[in-house]
Amino acid sequence: MIFDILSILLCLAGAFFFLGGTVGLLRFPDNYSRLHALTKADNLGLGFIVLGLVLASPTMPEIIKLGLIWLLALVGSSSACYFIGNYIYHTPSQEEE
Amino acid sequence: MQIFFLALACFLILNILAGLWRVVQGPTPADRMVSAQLFGTTGVAILLVLAQALEAPYIRNAALLFALLMIMAVLSFVRKSTPKQGQAGNIK
Repeated sequence: MIFDILSILLCLAGAFFFLGGTVGLLRFPDNYSRLHALTKADNLGLGFIVLGLVLASPTMPEIIKLGLIWLLALVGSSSACYFIGNYIYHTPSQEEE
Repeated sequence: MQIFFLALACFLILNILAGLWRVVQGPTPADRMVSAQLFGTTGVAILLVLAQALEAPYIRNAALLFALLMIMAVLSFVRKSTPKQGQAGNIK
């Protein structure tokens, strides 16, 4: 019971961070700040949701698999953000308008 | 509990639908790629939540694949469209 409540709270926190990432993506003015909003949603949102699912899931192998998926998404998204930031920095400003 | 997870998945799908506006609107290709990456992460979260809600553990394999393909997409985008002349230090 207490695990269920904790799981719901953590999943709601993750959904809040995903909402923040989407709103930031829609509202922020330039490339770098959109990238910033994206990394928050990636790391914290997925992390909170995985943590909530860990509390709700019964067996140990599932927990390990959830943790590994989160780790892969963490490594992948942070390095991808570095690559995109590098790309924006080295590309001359090319506003299509 | 199951209802809650299904509602959470619906909420995340609505997030993706709202983010599509940035793909349509986005002034530079990098903006579109950034929003595609956000869709990838949100898709991973949706698949994990659905695997818990429907009690179908094999959906987690699809989530693992999404997390892998997201970085592949970004890498191919950066490799393809980085300007070659001048600053070649960022291409390895």
